[in-house]
Amino acid sequence: MIELIVFLPLAGFLAAGLAGQSLGDRGSMLLTSSFVTVSALLSVALFFEVSGNPDAFHTVTLGSWIQSGDLAIDWALRVDTLTAVMLVVVNGVSALVHWYSVGYMAHDPSKPRFFAYLSLFTFAMLMLVTADNLVQMFFGWEGVGLASYLLIGFWYQKPSANAASIKAFVVNRIGDFGYSLGIFATFLLFGSVQFDTIFANVDAVKGTTLDFVGYDVPALTLVALLLFVGAMGKSAQLILHIWLPDAMEGPTPVSALIHAATMVTAGVFLVARMSPLFEAAPDALAVVTVIGAATAFFAATVGLVQNDIKRVIAYSTCSQLGYMFFALGVGAYGAGIFHLFTHAFFKALMFLSAGSVIHALSDEQDMRQMGGLRPHLRTTWALMLVGTLALTGFGIPGLIGFSGFYSKDIVIEAAYAGEVGGSLFAFVMGVAAAFMTSFYSWRLMFMTFENKPRASKDVMSHIHESPMVMLVPLFVLAGGAVFAGFAFQDWFVGDGRLAFWAGSIVQGEHDVVDKAHHVSKWVEWLPTAMMALGLGAAWLFYIRSPQLPGQVAASAKGLYQFLLNKWYFDELYRALIVRPIFALGRLLWIGGDQKTIDGLGPDGVSRTLVAGAKRMRRVQSGYVYHYAFAMLIGVVILVSYIAFYSGGF
Amino acid sequence: MLDWPILSVMLFVPLLGAGIILLLRGPEEIVARNIRATALYASLFTFALAVLLWINFDASQADFQFVETYSPFGGLFQYKLGVDGISMLFVVLSAFLVPIAILASWTSIQHRVREYMVAFLILETLLIGVFSALDLVLFYLMFESSLIPMFLIIGVWGGVRRVYAAFKFFLYTFLGSVLMLVAVFYIVATTGTTDIPTLLQTRFPPEAQTWLWLAFFASFAVKMPMWPVHTWLPDAHVEAPTAGSMLLAGVLLKFGGYGFLRFSLPMFPVASVELGWLIFALSMVAIVYASLVALAQTDMKKLIAYSSVAHMGYVTIGLFVFNHQGLDGAVFQMLSHGVVSAALFLCVGVVYDRLHTREIARYGGLAHNMPAYATVFMIFTLASLGLPGTSGFIGEFLSMMGAFQRDSLIAVVAALGVILGAVYMLYLYRRVFFGPLEKADLKALADLDWREKSLFVPMAAVVLWLGVFPNNVLDVMRPTVDNLLAEHEAAITAYERSIESAREAEQAAEAAAAAAGEGAE
Repeated sequence: MIELIVFLPLAGFLAAGLAGQSLGDRGSMLLTSSFVTVSALLSVALFFEVSGNPDAFHTVTLGSWIQSGDLAIDWALRVDTLTAVMLVVVNGVSALVHWYSVGYMAHDPSKPRFFAYLSLFTFAMLMLVTADNLVQMFFGWEGVGLASYLLIGFWYQKPSANAASIKAFVVNRIGDFGYSLGIFATFLLFGSVQFDTIFANVDAVKGTTLDFVGYDVPALTLVALLLFVGAMGKSAQLILHIWLPDAMEGPTPVSALIHAATMVTAGVFLVARMSPLFEAAPDALAVVTVIGAATAFFAATVGLVQNDIKRVIAYSTCSQLGYMFFALGVGAYGAGIFHLFTHAFFKALMFLSAGSVIHALSDEQDMRQMGGLRPHLRTTWALMLVGTLALTGFGIPGLIGFSGFYSKDIVIEAAYAGEVGGSLFAFVMGVAAAFMTSFYSWRLMFMTFENKPRASKDVMSHIHESPMVMLVPLFVLAGGAVFAGFAFQDWFVGDGRLAFWAGSIVQGEHDVVDKAHHVSKWVEWLPTAMMALGLGAAWLFYIRSPQLPGQVAASAKGLYQFLLNKWYFDELYRALIVRPIFALGRLLWIGGDQKTIDGLGPDGVSRTLVAGAKRMRRVQSGYVYHYAFAMLIGVVILVSYIAFYSGGF
Repeated sequence: MLDWPILSVMLFVPLLGAGIILLLRGPEEIVARNIRATALYASLFTFALAVLLWINFDASQADFQFVETYSPFGGLFQYKLGVDGISMLFVVLSAFLVPIAILASWTSIQHRVREYMVAFLILETLLIGVFSALDLVLFYLMFESSLIPMFLIIGVWGGVRRVYAAFKFFLYTFLGSVLMLVAVFYIVATTGTTDIPTLLQTRFPPEAQTWLWLAFFASFAVKMPMWPVHTWLPDAHVEAPTAGSMLLAGVLLKFGGYGFLRFSLPMFPVASVELGWLIFALSMVAIVYASLVALAQTDMKKLIAYSSVAHMGYVTIGLFVFNHQGLDGAVFQMLSHGVVSAALFLCVGVVYDRLHTREIARYGGLAHNMPAYATVFMIFTLASLGLPGTSGFIGEFLSMMGAFQRDSLIAVVAALGVILGAVYMLYLYRRVFFGPLEKADLKALADLDWREKSLFVPMAAVVLWLGVFPNNVLDVMRPTVDNLLAEHEAAITAYERSIESAREAEQAAEAAAAAAGEGAE
């Protein structure tokens, strides 16, 4: 079954990619979408078969990939609870996005190419989550990066899309720099890159050190941190986050699938998959916690002031990924994956609803040109509302709530209960970000749907609700956004968690998740209070007195510009890294190769030779003659030398 | 094994083709067509033989196979051929690329077709000869004479600055070769044999190893090319016709790596370890330096030429770390780069044939009207930047993994090159294929025709095949690599033991002297 799940999307990619013309637009769309749908249904079946049932865990070895000395890497499909969760998320969202795209891309001339890329992405992501070793995971890891590159730049006539696609690939490559060094260090340390072998030997290598560029460093911490650099790139964590907002240049279904629900969570998955190793490296966990918490806070602050509807959601994604990471960092791996799971539903829902808005407004993305859309787009509004309630964590503690309510609360509580360094920092940042999340989400709702329309009459006259092929996938996601938290909390983070995960991530009877369930009442209520405060503030700013945002921005101009320009990361990197690298390239080329090496080497020699030749007027100028002449001299010198050295033949 | 001398036949078939071409007579049009057909059939037949060679190769042993020995030259040297698990793969690579190169020249070469095809067929014989020669002098002859057809290909059918490029090419390779020739004479004079299998068993004294190693290094480093003797390469590539660039990058650049592998590592093991730092330092500089320079290029061929310098850095690193992953990675990287760089030069040739410029800025938006071309260019771009699933990944990955075990710093610097590789290749791709299609002459360009597609399909197939099933190649070379490493280990152990015993002898002598002194008192 797992073979079918993984290879059906590949078959769809090959069919639409190679035979797209003969299949036609309709054929390509239906074929790829059906294949992924079958994969998704099988994934759900597999999930219920495998989760909580360690006897059903298995690995299908397809063959040997690389065999070099002691290094043995297989093509293998590993199935356990963690994989099964990811299979449902990946194939589920992918299938829905495929069908949604049938409507969304209806007017695009390159449909087979788009659907081929979507299926390629799905296949690569499946190879990533089913890997039984770090290198196959890397195959999927870079494969999803490729698909992301191709899809961000899908409209390749747009220069901004091309710039964004290269940026995404290169920043991910910087992360992969860490990942690949992590693989090398793993092999050096464990003699294997296979997960089970690594996990079995973690205790044995505890306390050992490795030499890394001349420094003696704790081996496990080194490996964990190098791998985490890869995770930071893929999951857009602070420092390496700059590609994600720009990735919104791609078509909106892509943003929903790749840049919200699945690919960007690969880093979270990596850390969860390697949890036995991270658990033995507390210093690395502290770094994960601090980076995650800082990202959650940073991205939320930037989200407060953005005007592009997709960018607001993109920064929100970045921020929510930060939550997932600090959950992992404090040791609540199940909570991190739980938030990944619920987030996939509501964030895909929000992106696709935003797509529905953009579609209705003839490709307008600026919220300042929206407003007053509720009467025209009732269904989309209701769906977006569900997404917002889920994202902001709407609910009543101890009673009931939307999916994000369950997952975000347990993450924040785990940070409070955590004992790893940086836990308190994560808790404070998480709470602050919860307020901001609520504010920017409701700001988005109000600016888009409430007040008077700000779009032109022409645009408003074309406004239309999306077709059913786009809305039905949204209903399914909305179902998940409402019920996924309530329905699965017991398995992911509740009393049933030990049995559910069954050893596929590190867990303990009295671990941090357990402690998180017994925090004081005020900690439990705090995120909910923040949610309410954010809602109130947004209502005040955008409904009650709409002149307020302008006044605040004017009075705190510096801060406003700082946030609007995303803390000036792009400008900083351009000045410190991008420009110097290109300048250095030119310098080495002109100053190094042409002036120094050639100037002293061949050109200099040739100048001297030519000058000498002119003076002597005897040597011919054709290079063939030089060759023969010099060769002769060389041979003479040689023979005499050898005769001398060896005392004559 | 076969009961007929397949290697000699492989050397002979292209020569036979060249002979037939020289004899063809008739109206110009028809002769040109027949010449092309003859060259193609001769090279395709040689490739068929190469496939047969692989099929009959016994991948379970490390010894030389298909060995043939004749001594027509008296005691001077012998005509001895044979292949092991590594050189066999290079023979196949050469035979694979030559027919593609010939078909790539189908329409772009219109004057002196006869001489052109003869040069390519003779070059093919010499290439196969280099990789199958088992006599030192025979190897040297093949190794050096292969420069002559390449020289002519650049000098006669090349671009505007072809004489400068050819001169530079000559100056570098010649200086390197002279030093190697010295070493060859010394080896022959001291050992009295030119037989490579015998020489591989010879232990040279450590003092001699150092300068012999340096002499060989001078030649191989230029051929690689390693930094800072790489500047002939961009010029040679820019001036060479497409097919010339394909074989230069695809096969001739592998001479250096093959030479290190065949001679420097097994014959001078002590020097190879002691001078490893030199190789590593130059390779690390090459990877970062050449990648940065590639970033600044405005000419497509120069960009790919500089990327070759960077990619060869992974080869030299892998060769000298002396572990399984490093050696496997180095050989694999050479094979992969052979196909990928040849394909990239062919890609440049496609638009050069249509527009006669390699200036990147002249292009833009080609993805609109040349989708098939955009697709193949993307595949080889991805292979060049080492995406897993393509052959480019395996070589880089394994050699860096080998390097990390030796010294993590080497792997860290090499991995920086992987980031830069993505930058310059994607930046190139963006400037050529993406953006709006505005210029009128670009709009008029036709997509790949059937001949061009038939060139790219086998190359793309090999790149993906080696990326997904690299074991098909790694299995073939495993016994040879195992053997190389075992012999190296033994040689180093013996050397250390000899130092140890020398020191003990010295200490014993000192002790004896001291005792004698005491006794005298």
